[in-house]
Amino acid sequence: MSVNFLKYSKIYFIFSGILIIAAIAGLLVFGLKPGIDFTGGSILEVEYQEDRPSNQEIKDNLTELDLGEIYIQPTDERGVILRMKDINEETHQQVLEKLEGAEELRFESIGPVIGQELKAKTKIVVVLSFLIIVLYIAFVFRRISRPIASWQYGISSLLALSHDVLITVGIFSLLGKFYSVQITIPVVVALLTVLGYSINNTVVVFDRIRENLLKRIGESYEETVNISLKQTLTRSFNTSLTTLFVLIAIFFLGGETLKYFALALILGIVAGTYSSLFLASPVLVSWLRWRERMKR
Amino acid sequence: MSKRKVYITVAFIFILAFFLANFCYPQPWNQSVDWLNARKNEIKYIEKLSNIPEIPDTPFKLGLDLQGGTHLIYEADLSNVEKENYSPSMQGLRDVIERRVNLFGVREPMVQTQEAPGRYRLIVELAGIKDPAQAIEMIGQTPYLEFKEQKENYQEILEQNRKVVEAGEGSIEDPFASTPLTGKYLKKAELGFDQTTTYKALVMLQFNDEGAEIFEELTSKNVGKVLAIYIDGLPISTPVVQETIAGGRAQITGSFTIDEAKSLARNLNAGALPVPIKLISQQSVGPTLGSISLEKSLKAGMIGFLAVILFMIIFYRLPGILASLALGAYIVLVLTIFKLIPVTLTLAGIGGFILSIGMAIDANVLIFSRMREELREEKSFGQAVEEGFNRAWPSIRDGNLTTLLVAIILFGFGTSFIKGFATTLSFGILISMFSAIVITKNFLKCFVNTKLERIKWLWR
Repeated sequence: MSVNFLKYSKIYFIFSGILIIAAIAGLLVFGLKPGIDFTGGSILEVEYQEDRPSNQEIKDNLTELDLGEIYIQPTDERGVILRMKDINEETHQQVLEKLEGAEELRFESIGPVIGQELKAKTKIVVVLSFLIIVLYIAFVFRRISRPIASWQYGISSLLALSHDVLITVGIFSLLGKFYSVQITIPVVVALLTVLGYSINNTVVVFDRIRENLLKRIGESYEETVNISLKQTLTRSFNTSLTTLFVLIAIFFLGGETLKYFALALILGIVAGTYSSLFLASPVLVSWLRWRERMKR
Repeated sequence: MSKRKVYITVAFIFILAFFLANFCYPQPWNQSVDWLNARKNEIKYIEKLSNIPEIPDTPFKLGLDLQGGTHLIYEADLSNVEKENYSPSMQGLRDVIERRVNLFGVREPMVQTQEAPGRYRLIVELAGIKDPAQAIEMIGQTPYLEFKEQKENYQEILEQNRKVVEAGEGSIEDPFASTPLTGKYLKKAELGFDQTTTYKALVMLQFNDEGAEIFEELTSKNVGKVLAIYIDGLPISTPVVQETIAGGRAQITGSFTIDEAKSLARNLNAGALPVPIKLISQQSVGPTLGSISLEKSLKAGMIGFLAVILFMIIFYRLPGILASLALGAYIVLVLTIFKLIPVTLTLAGIGGFILSIGMAIDANVLIFSRMREELREEKSFGQAVEEGFNRAWPSIRDGNLTTLLVAIILFGFGTSFIKGFATTLSFGILISMFSAIVITKNFLKCFVNTKLERIKWLWR
């Protein structure tokens, strides 16, 4: 069995390119919906003892109070999650009074000050994580060369990582637009975890390429890469699959708080598995080919 | 390592895992022990033997989101405090709120100050509380006592205010200015009665030495003027100072009923807040949702675990079974550590732990894939095991390292969601490496030079 993975490089590039462009377009057009962790605001989750009133009825009940824009999302059988601007304890009690027959399950109110702080902290953490990943890549590939230089491995793995994160964030912009899914701290945490996890699949493939280059397996660089891909394909799929199993279980069964956290991880890991096999290495081969053509 | 050593190690792993499993979840053990002890005591000759010991049932430490509870962040207003007194004021505030909170009878309440330039906060965590609204009210009720003196243009302001009231528009200005004397200097407050004429209820205040000095100075400065007593920003009593008062005794003669005076005195005793505070963030989870979340996340974990071992057994056969056993041991080990340290388990923490189950098996996948390759190259089983480990190790190490690095960065972030996740994930990653190297490897080595190693379909 000899499959030539690299034969379809162009298709992979076009496919990923379209996804990235769509993701960027989604981000530009729809933007992201930041959660109350970042903007300040309140979440009130209640459960009705008897039948749940319609969203409109709930809204009508609350019109007298100054709650800003209210999002109402039914959950489970008789539950409702209300999102509104950040309210003080007095208003909170008034809201509960208006929601007759409902028992409070959870209430969160985050003032804008805390929101600002979390936003600032998140930025620092995101930058730090990227930095660590870049340093790590530079360290891991410090000794490879011929025919591709070590920094080129670094660039292509960063390219793959950006691909994973962009696509995931792009999908969240769509979810935000159509299902008012918000970017909360758990989602950000999931994205950063994807960075840490995804880079490994790429590193494993590159490690194999290095090992095979040293053993002089394959007649050309292209063939070496192809053999390496074939050798790592199953295990890349399997490691991702086992992780996906537990994440899918969390997504469906784990409850509201962990749902989008799990989804972000699922999307990131799927994109990451794809990009480590069908993007990072083919990019290297195409890069080499392009350079050789330039020399001639 | 000799074959014998391998067997001993594996036996040790099984015994240890059995005990740790019972430590994590002691109910079945304790129930059977109870039953056995009861039977034993019915039989004549062995009843004198001591009972089989039970395993102490130390519960897991659950976060607020799983056991229910409330997390409150208050911001302290230090505008009336000198800079060098910021920290002492915050300590005083914490002590007072702590005393207040202890009145609720909450198990292990947590009151913490958080100080950074421009940000002086008090964090209150009340676990397992049924009615957070009541708690907030009681914390907020704590009266903020202050004494205020007349502003220089006192009469003018009063005149102005009178006009505003007559005209029905404009804003009223407070004719009093803050003084250094606040509830911070209060030693004791008690119910008293006006001895002169009416026997009306009043609250008697006794300041500490420092407060007494300030009070003396204030009264001497303000003879013939009003020294207003404010509680929670409202003037309760506006007595005129007759003479300098030494000794630090004062009384609040509002128009109190006996009950009102009593409760004010009690609240002042529990702690007049040294500085005013404002609630800026609240997270409350009811006990129902807490237990639902716990149940849901555990169910998700179980299903995820089953899916993983099913996949491993179908795809890798005998090694898959070994990996599943190792994964079981891994889970027991991690849970034991969570119990012993103890790690506070939040919903995010359980999420991180479940994720780590999916990642822990990765090391086994790497090892088995390499082993298969070695076996295909017609190497002996023993060699294939060794080579599989040696070759897979760098990937396992590097792979876990990046995730661990990100988890450590996340840990520094400080928010409880992230901390819970980062903690359990980091522990999970570290222990999973140990489990792959020690547990899985020894399991595989058991089969070297046995008949089973020659049954190829089991391994490939």
